Amino acid sequence: MTTKPKISKAELADQFRTFVDADFVITDDETMKPYECDGMSMYCEMPLLVVLPETVTQVQRIMRICHEYGVPVVARGAGTGLSAGAMPNKEGVVLSLAKFNRILHIDPLARTANLQPGVRNLAISEEAAQYGLYYGPDPSSQIACTIGGNVAENSGGVHCLKYGLTVHNILSVEMVTAEGDVVTVGSDGLDGCGMDLLALLTGSEGLLGIVTEVKIRLLPKPEVAQVVMAGFDSVQKAGDAVGGIISHGIIPAGLEMMDGYAIVAADDFAGAGYPREAKALLLCEVDGTEEEVHEHIAEAEAVFRKLGATSVRTSQSEQERALLWLGRKSAFPAVGRISPDYYCMDGTIPRRHIAFVLAEMEKMSEEFGLRVANVFHAGDGNLHPLILFDANVPGEFERTEAFGASILKMCVDVGGCITGEHGVGVEKIRQMAIQFSDQELEQFHDVKAAFDPAGILNPGKGVPALKFCQEYRSLEYKQHKHEHTEAAHG
Amino acid sequence: MADISQQLQEQVLQARSGGEKLNIVGGGTKAFMGREPSPDAGTLNVGGHTGIVDYHPVELVMTVRAGTPLSDIEAALAEQGQAMHCEPPHFGPDSTIGGTLACNLSGPARPWAGSVRDQVLGIRLLNGKGEQLRFGGEVMKNVAGYDVSRLQAGALGTLGVITEISMKVMPGPAASLTLVQDMTIDEVLHYMNSRAAEPKPITAACWVDGKVYLRLSGAKSAVEATAAKWSGEVMGNGQAFWRSVQDMQHEFFANDDSPLWRFSVNSTAANPAMEGKWFIDWAGSQRWFRGAGELGDMEPLARAAGGQVSLFRGGDRSGEVMHSQPNALKAIQRRVKNSFDPDGIFNPGRLYSWL
Repeated sequence: MTTKPKISKAELADQFRTFVDADFVITDDETMKPYECDGMSMYCEMPLLVVLPETVTQVQRIMRICHEYGVPVVARGAGTGLSAGAMPNKEGVVLSLAKFNRILHIDPLARTANLQPGVRNLAISEEAAQYGLYYGPDPSSQIACTIGGNVAENSGGVHCLKYGLTVHNILSVEMVTAEGDVVTVGSDGLDGCGMDLLALLTGSEGLLGIVTEVKIRLLPKPEVAQVVMAGFDSVQKAGDAVGGIISHGIIPAGLEMMDGYAIVAADDFAGAGYPREAKALLLCEVDGTEEEVHEHIAEAEAVFRKLGATSVRTSQSEQERALLWLGRKSAFPAVGRISPDYYCMDGTIPRRHIAFVLAEMEKMSEEFGLRVANVFHAGDGNLHPLILFDANVPGEFERTEAFGASILKMCVDVGGCITGEHGVGVEKIRQMAIQFSDQELEQFHDVKAAFDPAGILNPGKGVPALKFCQEYRSLEYKQHKHEHTEAAHG
Repeated sequence: MADISQQLQEQVLQARSGGEKLNIVGGGTKAFMGREPSPDAGTLNVGGHTGIVDYHPVELVMTVRAGTPLSDIEAALAEQGQAMHCEPPHFGPDSTIGGTLACNLSGPARPWAGSVRDQVLGIRLLNGKGEQLRFGGEVMKNVAGYDVSRLQAGALGTLGVITEISMKVMPGPAASLTLVQDMTIDEVLHYMNSRAAEPKPITAACWVDGKVYLRLSGAKSAVEATAAKWSGEVMGNGQAFWRSVQDMQHEFFANDDSPLWRFSVNSTAANPAMEGKWFIDWAGSQRWFRGAGELGDMEPLARAAGGQVSLFRGGDRSGEVMHSQPNALKAIQRRVKNSFDPDGIFNPGRLYSWL
């Protein structure tokens, strides 16, 4: 754990300015303001200062100084994270990797790319397209989010079931350690010698090191992709249809579900021609060779019809496919239009519990007096409930948070987890105590200490302090007991 | 079907209090891997910890005790038309899932279907303090906490005892066929990589004895259409060939005592100039070498090819057998080991002499 740094803000800035362009050592509040939060803007903090190095050597020197003086360091990519993982530490430095924005090399034959961490996710596929290649993981924020942030969060997207997460699509990372050493973890080979530190680093939320280069694997762009849209008059039937497709032996490139609220909001926003009366909508994308897609699309249509779809529509052109996806991809802003604010949750559940979980969520919605819309990576069980609220109504955000916490607890109760792809950050740090025991959390702290003995990398994120967990659990227990007692009296 | 996790925990606690070391053994089929087991250590037998704990075919997830033989797992999956896509090698009927993960061993489909490490979703682990811990889960996406499950892949049991594994499984392919043709080692790397860069249903590519073998799997129509476009003869007994590659029963791997080296390198890198025989798998990413040499001499060649080398089987196993680690990573791995196993109970010196 960090104690108060042994260096003043002015001294630290002066030290950085000896080797970083003075304009990129930011110390005034006005210029630092955009750094006070990431995509989870409910959590804000002003940092001590912000520094934007442009070479690995500069990153090393920054880390050495911060290590020497015990100054916290929060690495930051595009700041699109949704768990406040890049929220600054008020006594620490925000280390922005925005200037590391070059695609260093693409090897079309080996199907790999060397990237600086600030390269945007979508820019990789755009650049690789000339070779008939693309990068698999495609988080919704892909237009803005960076590969360094993707490594930190182990980002997914709509194509995970078939193409995997970030951890499945990277070969190596170059990283600056908390002590300022540069190490390369992984290699051009697929499986190296020794414990798999690359897997450990992926999704570690900036707590183990600063990634300064990433080597990724690229995939050949499928010949064809088509999407089948199926409407259902109940969530249960749509859930069964998801199982039906998979039992049939088809692994869709993407399999997304939306509930009634989300369907109407997305259709109003994007004009995608969704069946507005449906209670649940599935978008099932199949990709591959022409023959394979032809075969699987026909099978998928038949499965949906057999399992009670009230409408089935298959994209007949790239334009139509893009339109059908547009609704889904704009679901968040679309829901944003029907409410002053919304809070996006991110739990994962075993798919067989989808109908139960959505029904419970509806009950909670009434209990908390807040509306909820659901978009869902149905293929891999990743839920994104959007709780609608108004931050200007006193107490409503607190109620929203409590509602969100109840949803996450339910995810764990049915055998799932508190975060599928957004990370823990600050936002879900309390819920870690639901998913993990004290011994497990202590093991996480010990792993962290193996990389960062002084505890300067993104302190206070990802893994909660144990004392805090006991308090949270006992609070949960009391609440639970209280509900129990009320039910008994009711 | 037996849950012996309590017994395993007691044994670890006993070893800890008595200052003893433990060699972890599952089915005992991979005793040839890693450095020589420490002669002073007792044996912790996980082979009795067996059984499928949970399997929902629709979820594409199976949870299984670590001592369960691969063949039991594959039989249960096959009943549902599913499979472990990483095609783990069986070194006999007793090879277990726990050992497979600890050694991170995957078969010919690895570059396309992923490795056993890729398919792991969660584990239960007994650490060196005798604590039963659970990491990851039974769902495809889970980013809560560090990925301790995949960290075990290749650690050769040095971090703890894997007692249970949840993994992703997939439907088996509807159709499969193999194309074979003559090709020299100089031509084959470019050829295999070019084929892999095409959006076709390729799921294995290897070269041995002057012949290149490509496997196509997936929808029947796609497999047949691709085979008609690509050169090469359709092989009659393709399935048996790939099985022999997967289980390392191909004649290239015969004679267990002579050193077998494994190069894990950039798939397009020129083959290291060394006198001996090569078996090129994974479209060039994994290259097996039989011939004379020392680890220290081979490391620079592996590095130049973008990767690493290890002495997979045979040869002198009293010295290092794995590609050396730079000092900074050595220090981190020592500390990681210490965080899981502070008394150094598990598999001392099995992965590296210093671990």
